[in-house]
Amino acid sequence: MATRDKKDDYILNVSNLTVEFSNQPIISNLNFKIQRGITLAIVGPNGAGKTTLFRALLNLVPYSGKIEWLGKVKIGYVPQVLSVRDIPISVKEFLAFKNESAQDMKAVLASVGLDSETIIGKSLATLSGGQMRRVLIAWAIVDKPDVLLFDEPTSGVDLDSEEAIYGMLRSLTEKNEITLLLISHDLHIVREYSDCALALNKCLVFFGESKEVMHPATQKLIYGEPICKEYGETHV
Amino acid sequence: MSEAVLYSLVVGATVGLAAGYLGSIMVLEKMALVGDALSHVALPGLALGVLFNFNPLVGGFAFLFVSAVLIWHLGRVTKLSFETLVGATFTLALAIGILLFGNNLDALEEALFGDITAVGLAEAVAAVIISIVVVSLTKLIYRKIVLGLISEELATSKGISVARTNLLYLLLVSLTVAIGIQITGTLLVGFLVVTPAAAAKTISANLSRYLMLSSIFGAVSAVSGILLSSYFNILPGPLVVISGIIIFVVAIIVRWRLKVSS
Repeated sequence: MATRDKKDDYILNVSNLTVEFSNQPIISNLNFKIQRGITLAIVGPNGAGKTTLFRALLNLVPYSGKIEWLGKVKIGYVPQVLSVRDIPISVKEFLAFKNESAQDMKAVLASVGLDSETIIGKSLATLSGGQMRRVLIAWAIVDKPDVLLFDEPTSGVDLDSEEAIYGMLRSLTEKNEITLLLISHDLHIVREYSDCALALNKCLVFFGESKEVMHPATQKLIYGEPICKEYGETHV
Repeated sequence: MSEAVLYSLVVGATVGLAAGYLGSIMVLEKMALVGDALSHVALPGLALGVLFNFNPLVGGFAFLFVSAVLIWHLGRVTKLSFETLVGATFTLALAIGILLFGNNLDALEEALFGDITAVGLAEAVAAVIISIVVVSLTKLIYRKIVLGLISEELATSKGISVARTNLLYLLLVSLTVAIGIQITGTLLVGFLVVTPAAAAKTISANLSRYLMLSSIFGAVSAVSGILLSSYFNILPGPLVVISGIIIFVVAIIVRWRLKVSS
């Protein structure tokens, strides 16, 4: 990726980030910064603070410390749970929440491997799990964000479709120069489809290249007793 | 056709349309019983209007308005659902209303079951204006509410204040219920915001069709109920409800026969 060569072109700088609910720390003293155009996977056990980190980055929860988006940045967000099954809403109406241009809708649906003609009028409730995730990816990029925060992109999708969806997500983010932050539980996926990984367990327990997450020592760091890291240079 | 019936039809058509439009959100929010229960909260206000000789509908709206704000605020503070809070307060309001009416049983009956013979030109004009305002404001917040239903986090991340939008929505429901009371009374007005939307949802695969059908079913239920009431010279409320239920049953049959997916 060309963007990865721009060593000092950072898009996000997080310093001393702490999030607490009812005086209970969810994230403690988190420091990291990331370059424009990369894919960062956020991993960690349940309750480690992964989704809370996203919420803090979106300014949805109170926090202390500093979150600095560098430059003019348009952020897209896809939460893990979307309640669309009980709402009579078509794919077209769903995409129109972010971009009403019919041309953009058609192009974005084609880019996620869906035939616009046949799917645009369908109700979201009738889509299969795989189609739904593809529509969600289309929805995430239809308004051309600079940064995309994606919580479990393949939640509820079978294993065969999972790799196809991650592959598609990677080519789309590369093509559109989108910085992608994704939450995943699957370390194999993290190794294959992200550039770097940030492991949380209330605090930062690992930050480095994604290929390192498969090492037993790293996995012990991620899923064992939390040993908070004070990284001197926590950036990629 | 008498002037009273004509004015009632105007009120019925416009209020039915506005109630159907608003009710489509209520059904999506799974707050159908909230609309029904909230309508009873108007009763003490109607009673005060009768007692102190001012327009009871103004009193009804004032009570609905204050209750809606109170429930919205309690919801934010306690994190209890609207359904729980309305459930806890509406029977109290009903009890207070009945006590305030005292022995004035005619006025109580009118408040509970509606009286279209009391509808004049002023009420018809007011209903048209209020319905236009309600539909216009609901249209402005509709997409925000639907996005909030899909994901509250997502709506918040796009700068939408879900709490404020819900407050405005509750106020619009109060306004619609207050004018709808003229046709069906407090006991049955909840029907107007629930059943047309339920029928529309049964046969809709997209939002625009859902909204359109919900509004049409609301207006048709009210108008046909009023026409039947004028023909048979009986109270309109039950006939409005029966007309709407017939539409609902037909919608279920259409879905069953055509296998509409929603």
